[in-house]
Amino acid sequence: MVGGADVSARGWGWRHAGRAAWAVSELDLEIAAGERVLLLGASGAGKSTLISALAGVLGGADEGEQAGSLLVGGGRPEDARGRVGLLLQDPDSQVMLARVGDDVAFGCENLGVPRDEIWRRVASALDAVGLHLPLSHPTSELSGGQKQRLALAGVLAMQPQLLLLDEPTANLDPQGVVEVRDSVARVLEHSEATFVVIEHRVEIWRHLVDRVIVLAPGGGVLADGSPEAVLASRGAELAASGVWVPEYPPARPARASRASRLGRGLSATSGEAAAPDCGRQGGLISAQLPRVAGKLAEQRWPIERERAGVGAGAAAAAADTRVDGVLLSARELAVARMKGHPVATDLALDIEAGTALAITGANGAGKSTLALTLAGLLAPARGTLQASEAFASGAASEPIRWKSRELLTRVGTVFQDPEHQFLAQTVRDELAVGPRALRLPRAQIDERVDELLERLRLTRLAAANPFTLSGGEKRRLSVATVLATRPSVLVLDEPTFGQDSRTWAELVALLAELLDTGTALVAVTHDAAFVDALADREFRMPDRPTPSVPAPAPADSQPHPTLTPTAHPLPDLQITKSAPKSRGKGGFRDPLPGARAGEGT
Amino acid sequence: MSILTPHRGTQAVYAINPVAKIGAAFVLSLTLILSIDWVSAAVALVLEGILFLWAGLTPRVFFLRTLPVWIAAPAAGLTTILYGRPSGETYFQFWLVHVTDGSIELGIATLLRVLAIGLPAVVLFVTVDPTDLADGLAQVLHLPNRFVLGGLAGLRLVGLFLDDWRSLKLARRARGVGDSGRIRRFASLGFALLVLSIRRGSKLATAMEARGFGSPIKRTYARASTFGWRETLLIVIAAAVALTAVAVSVSTGHWNFIGSTG
Amino acid sequence: MQTTTATLKVASAAATGKYRWRVVDIIVASVIGVASGLIFWAWGQAWNPLSAPLEALAPGLGALLGGGWLFAGVLGGLIIRKPGAAVYTEVLAAVVSMLIGTQWGILTLLSGVVQGIGAEVVFALFLYANFKLYVAMLAGAGAGLALAINDLIVSYPGSDTPFVVIYTVSSIVSGIVLAGLLSWLAVKGLARTGALSRFAAGRQASVRV
Repeated sequence: MVGGADVSARGWGWRHAGRAAWAVSELDLEIAAGERVLLLGASGAGKSTLISALAGVLGGADEGEQAGSLLVGGGRPEDARGRVGLLLQDPDSQVMLARVGDDVAFGCENLGVPRDEIWRRVASALDAVGLHLPLSHPTSELSGGQKQRLALAGVLAMQPQLLLLDEPTANLDPQGVVEVRDSVARVLEHSEATFVVIEHRVEIWRHLVDRVIVLAPGGGVLADGSPEAVLASRGAELAASGVWVPEYPPARPARASRASRLGRGLSATSGEAAAPDCGRQGGLISAQLPRVAGKLAEQRWPIERERAGVGAGAAAAAADTRVDGVLLSARELAVARMKGHPVATDLALDIEAGTALAITGANGAGKSTLALTLAGLLAPARGTLQASEAFASGAASEPIRWKSRELLTRVGTVFQDPEHQFLAQTVRDELAVGPRALRLPRAQIDERVDELLERLRLTRLAAANPFTLSGGEKRRLSVATVLATRPSVLVLDEPTFGQDSRTWAELVALLAELLDTGTALVAVTHDAAFVDALADREFRMPDRPTPSVPAPAPADSQPHPTLTPTAHPLPDLQITKSAPKSRGKGGFRDPLPGARAGEGT
Repeated sequence: MSILTPHRGTQAVYAINPVAKIGAAFVLSLTLILSIDWVSAAVALVLEGILFLWAGLTPRVFFLRTLPVWIAAPAAGLTTILYGRPSGETYFQFWLVHVTDGSIELGIATLLRVLAIGLPAVVLFVTVDPTDLADGLAQVLHLPNRFVLGGLAGLRLVGLFLDDWRSLKLARRARGVGDSGRIRRFASLGFALLVLSIRRGSKLATAMEARGFGSPIKRTYARASTFGWRETLLIVIAAAVALTAVAVSVSTGHWNFIGSTG
Repeated sequence: MQTTTATLKVASAAATGKYRWRVVDIIVASVIGVASGLIFWAWGQAWNPLSAPLEALAPGLGALLGGGWLFAGVLGGLIIRKPGAAVYTEVLAAVVSMLIGTQWGILTLLSGVVQGIGAEVVFALFLYANFKLYVAMLAGAGAGLALAINDLIVSYPGSDTPFVVIYTVSSIVSGIVLAGLLSWLAVKGLARTGALSRFAAGRQASVRV
């Protein structure tokens, strides 16, 4: 591989056209050739703007204003096409062509590389990222992790001297994260290229980089040095701003009432299993909290503080309509997104008031499909899904037969992509959509909306268009829209996907409170820490008999990597084995002792 | 992506340069629209019917993919029978509906023409791979490669759009507005799809630019797109079918230039 | 398209001429074309049952639905604001619906070209500098007229005069409303979502809001 390129920023800044504030300003930075850098900073500190500028893709003068100078290898980044390679966050937006080989070749074609040389480079790039697939393999059939490795191969085939990664694993499940991280590690072993990665989960890259740079939100550099030094001096601060720092995990709600809730909601709860769990959690919290408490306390949700007096608040007010016991029960259920193509069959499970059920399992096992079926959005392909009489309260007993409006107070669904649920022009109107559909009186709608805006820190954004919010804000809004109609069951699809640690903590705290007031939670998740913090039970999807993706590369075959994307307080923590209590083919863990479950089944 | 995934059929047909397939369909269609008479359409249809045997499609695939044409043809024919230019004996008249000898003949001609134009196009396009088409457009026809490749990259997003569409529909039901009027829902879904797709498009543009797309360097092609004897043969066959249809029509006195005579 | 290609050849990468297409212009125009193509196709499926009652009311009135195949060009023109944008998006949308399979076969492509030109001519007359509501509606009308001419030659060549008149007027009305007005509203809405932040169309609107 070719040598590395150095980077030099002198008083550099960028302001996007039409904006008043500079995205980056007064940046002075030198990165030597071959250095490996992790770029950190609070959201809005301009990390992505900087990395886009280094890649020369910020656009021309009509798209923004530049100050100072930014040089890559001594020249302007725009003129360094091909010498700089950029890997972005969204796997789906980086696949350009329909076949694996063609996609990797795309960059070389644009650089005018001769045909024979292109195919030589394609082969070695695919080999470097460990993607052993036929060149004609359709790119649409790749998993998220494979797509990112494909994109990485496309970048490597251009033989860049500067390799830029912009949150390359934020949209991936834990397995995908490991795939991509390992591929990058392998590539770096044989490369002299300069390497810069943005990531809000520090532990993924800290062992691959030799320098950490923290950008200050106002402009300039906040901290710069070896990973150890920077994390030691700035770790708590970074954690408070939303960066996942392993030493400073986000606070988890104390769920002391779990045992009592279990006693009420679940029939077969064994105390011996529940006890160590509580013990461990308690231990963790007491061990970890003091260090972050100072920083987090001021930003913590009002809920946390209000918790003692659960008299006010949306969740509490909702409790008057709560129903106890089993709300939904599925038997011999088969789920399908498209008619005639069931993705999972023979499922049996119950949804109980006041408890959280985590649905886990491999990609393509039908987790989301099951969740959407439980939410009354998809019709069961076979078998039954019955609502209890009290839960249906007058409506049909099968959720799929409920009217759209009848769903609102019964089941709320938070989609994986918040943008799929947005309907209105402003945040305020968005929150009012549900209550309006329920034909609530105007005063009551306003009251609910104001309350939710306040609690989810969205008041400032009430007039903004939902699509213009940041990732964390979108997630909070999508949850709030659902809470506005106070459903008895809350179904969430990957609620913590790609979230920073601050949003994560807020979300978990809110959900914990909803649980305490009797709401039933169903969450599809890959996030072990989330399962650990909230789930009373885990339902593991049975593996599909015929996986759609053919023989994966060796890195794929680990069912559950030891590295998890969410900062786990104890990275070396091993699985607490519990005897799974099987119902149907799907494995049930009831209750969840270690919750780092999944292995061994 | 499923809708746009090409049907491979026999290698002989699949491997023909898509540019030639489009050219053949054009030669045939543009000749046939010059006249509206049942003879030219029928002759073309019979010859096409024979050629379809070599198209490499099973009867099932053939009828599934051409179904819209089979539905549209009688519909178009009926419109012309009811409202076509009247001539000869009148069978039925009500307000603007005027069924006559002339309009019935035009109607039958329209029906046959829709089939003769629609069927070969579907049969030829079923086996077109978008990537090969783009290669052909850029290398054989020398259309501007940024636009050809941009279009191709956009095409790859179809599968994602369909997924988005499904999720958007479910989300509307979940939000309590799933039972609103059909037109309102379609408009709201269409707009949401547009927002999501433009966002995706902007991200894709950044990714493509980062891989050197649109740079001033002269582009090379990893795959060669050639135009050989097979391609020429296909166009010659299409021209032969078109000319035979015209010749038979003219010689039997049925030729009717763009319906100029009633 | 001719002028576009000519401009592209003259302009070097360094040039940032007003009429030069950036990569993001090309890709977003493509994406609009492809998404519109899916809607074209769905519209084609729904068209037969929807147009039947209209046709029963008066022959040619079915063309009131024609605007469903005209909005891509107007939308592309309004967002991209570059020469050729209307033709490119409309043609691409037609190609996509054709590849999926329509009853009109290759003639779908012809319709796309003709309808795209119908809208393009209007944007060109305003020198690609005016994108107000009335221009959008005129572009829709241009596309509607083009649709009528094309259809009357290609699909209904044997038609009687009342049919021709009703069909042409219906197409133009449909073009004005479905392609002109709706596209303009869509661009306004899109600008508010921030999706058009890299386009002049998005920045002007967002300043206003």
